[in-house]
Amino acid sequence: MHLSPDEIVYWQYGYFKLNATILFTWGLMLVFLIGAKILTGLLIDKDERTRWQNTLEIIVLGIEKQISNVGLSQPRQYIGFLGTLFLYVALANLFTIFPGYEPPTGSLSTTLSLALCVFVAVPYYGIKQRGLKDYLASYTKPTFIMLPFNIIGEISRTFALAVRLFGNIMSGSMIIGIMLIIAPFVFPIVMTALGLLTGMVQAYIFFILASVYIAAATSVNTIHPPPSIEEHKEI
Amino acid sequence: MDSLTIIAVTSIITSGITIGFGAIGPAFAEGRAVANALTALAQQPDASATITRTLFVGLAMIESTAIYCFVVTMILLFSNPFWNYFIEQSGH
Repeated sequence: MHLSPDEIVYWQYGYFKLNATILFTWGLMLVFLIGAKILTGLLIDKDERTRWQNTLEIIVLGIEKQISNVGLSQPRQYIGFLGTLFLYVALANLFTIFPGYEPPTGSLSTTLSLALCVFVAVPYYGIKQRGLKDYLASYTKPTFIMLPFNIIGEISRTFALAVRLFGNIMSGSMIIGIMLIIAPFVFPIVMTALGLLTGMVQAYIFFILASVYIAAATSVNTIHPPPSIEEHKEI
Repeated sequence: MDSLTIIAVTSIITSGITIGFGAIGPAFAEGRAVANALTALAQQPDASATITRTLFVGLAMIESTAIYCFVVTMILLFSNPFWNYFIEQSGH
């Protein structure tokens, strides 16, 4: 029983390994690239639209609406980063319906790198929006004593983001594996369906948390700096 | 008992305790969340879409505490660093 697709190594040359995580990530990137190439080639500017264009517009506008609901007033500025996060995680989890596919999000290296992207993007957008001095001052917001706690919070939420996604996807595939040993007939299908639902919810949560973090970093004139997800009842 | 046996016994017992206690808290929390969401749904059926979505997000966030415990358990059981270290030391 393996914990993550990192342990399935297809090809190795010295230090360089080609494991299932990298391979399936490349596959996903290929799907995204070819899909985007084909879909953007089909875009037209008239009233008669293709079904694919409608689907694409639904996805893009839906993501934009979610981002602006969190409190980012110009969602177009962030959709390149946040939308990619959502689509990547959602597609990586959705493809578990194909047999033989190992979700790359079930590996801690993938989720940690995604979380590190968020970790870098939050100060990037914060500084871009508010200026360096104003952004750094937000770390000392309630009082100066809170400075170390704010920094620790910044780091620990990155780890929480990574471990949440990893744990959910890994536990999903592991439960299916255990089910296949105990009751191999109907129950694995039910658990796969549940895993698909968890995968979608986790993709949405990853995306919405990243948006909330960016919104907290970019919002000007806040009294309490990090509005957590509990305070965002209207998302 | 030699050190390998001690590590094995402690790992197994600790992983059981971890997942057991790690399930209690989120179970209570999820029960409370669902109960409150049902009350809210009964009072305001119009806001069901928002309530359900927020409930799902909240449930998944509560569940992640249980998932953290699960990850620790899996690490203890299947890729225990201490166990691997002692196996390496004993030269098997």
